[in-house]
Amino acid sequence: MVLPWLQYASPQRFYGLAGRLYPLCFVLAALLGLAGLYLGFFVAPTDAQQGEAYRIIFIHVPASWMSMVIYGAMAFWSALGLGFKTRLSGLMAQALAPTGALFCFLSLWTGALWGKPMWGTWWVWDARLTSELILLFLYAGYLALTRAIDDPRRRDQAGALVALVGVINVPIIYFSVKWWNTLHQGASISMTRAPSMAQTMLWSLLLVTLACWAYAIGMALYRVRSLILVREHETAWVQDLVRVRQNEWEAVA
Amino acid sequence: MGGSGMNWANSEAFWAMGGYGFYVWGSYGVVLAALALEVLQARRTTRRTGQILANELSDNQTP
Repeated sequence: MVLPWLQYASPQRFYGLAGRLYPLCFVLAALLGLAGLYLGFFVAPTDAQQGEAYRIIFIHVPASWMSMVIYGAMAFWSALGLGFKTRLSGLMAQALAPTGALFCFLSLWTGALWGKPMWGTWWVWDARLTSELILLFLYAGYLALTRAIDDPRRRDQAGALVALVGVINVPIIYFSVKWWNTLHQGASISMTRAPSMAQTMLWSLLLVTLACWAYAIGMALYRVRSLILVREHETAWVQDLVRVRQNEWEAVA
Repeated sequence: MGGSGMNWANSEAFWAMGGYGFYVWGSYGVVLAALALEVLQARRTTRRTGQILANELSDNQTP
C-alpha cells in the first residue's frame, strides 16, 4: 500500500515497465528534436556577430548539459546502490554510462567545430574544455572498470566509487567559466539582443535539450533490460521469460 | 530538401550556412551518425543477450 511505485524497484517489474516506456521516449525524442531544430534553423535569425556558425549552439549546449546531467544521475544511482543495496541501481548507472560518454564526446566534437571558425583553433587548454575532457576520461574509466569486473557486486561497487569520486568534476565544469579566465564564453550565452531572437533561441535550446533527455532515458531503459536479464539469468522469472521467447531469440543471428 | 524557411533564399543557401556549412553540418552530421550507431550497437547487444540466454536454455534442455 505504501508507495505503490516502489514495486518497480524489483528487477522483474522494472524490466516490463522499461519495455513499455522506452519506445515512448524515442518517439518523444524524435518529435522534440525535430521541433527544436526546426526552430533553430528556420525561425531563429542569423547571429549578428557569428553569422550562421552560431547554430551549432542548438546541439553543443544540450550535449554538454547531458554529459554532466548523466554523470550526475550515475552518481545518484551509485549512492543509492551503496547506501540501500538496491539491486537495480548499479545497473541503471551502467546503462546510462555509454550515452553519457557519447554526449561528452559530442560536446567536445561540436565545440571543436565551433571553436575553429570563431576562435581560430579546434582546441585550447582552457578550464572549461579541459574539465570536459577529464569528464570523458572519467566515463572511459567507468566503462573500462565496470566491464573488466565479472563479479556483479564488486562491479557495482567499483563503478559506484568512480561515479561518486568523479562527480566532483561536474560542478568544476559548470563553474569553470566563472572561476578561471577562460576563452570559452560564460554561462549567460549573450542573449541580450532583440528579445524575440532570445526567445526563439531559448525555445530551440529547450526543445533540443528535452529531446536529448528523452533519448538518454529511452536509451538507458532499453539498455538496462539486457543488463537485468544477464544479472538475473538464474532466477525463475528470467528462465520463464527465456522459455517463452526461446524460438524468437534463438533465431536472431 | 530544406532551404525554404524565412532564413534561406534557397536550398543552396541552407546547405552553405553562410560559409560555415562544413562546421555546422560537420557538427550535426556526426551527432546524428553517433546516435544512430549507439542505437544499432545497443540493439545488437540486446539480441546477443537474448540469443545467449536462449542457447543456454536449449543446452540445459537437451540432456
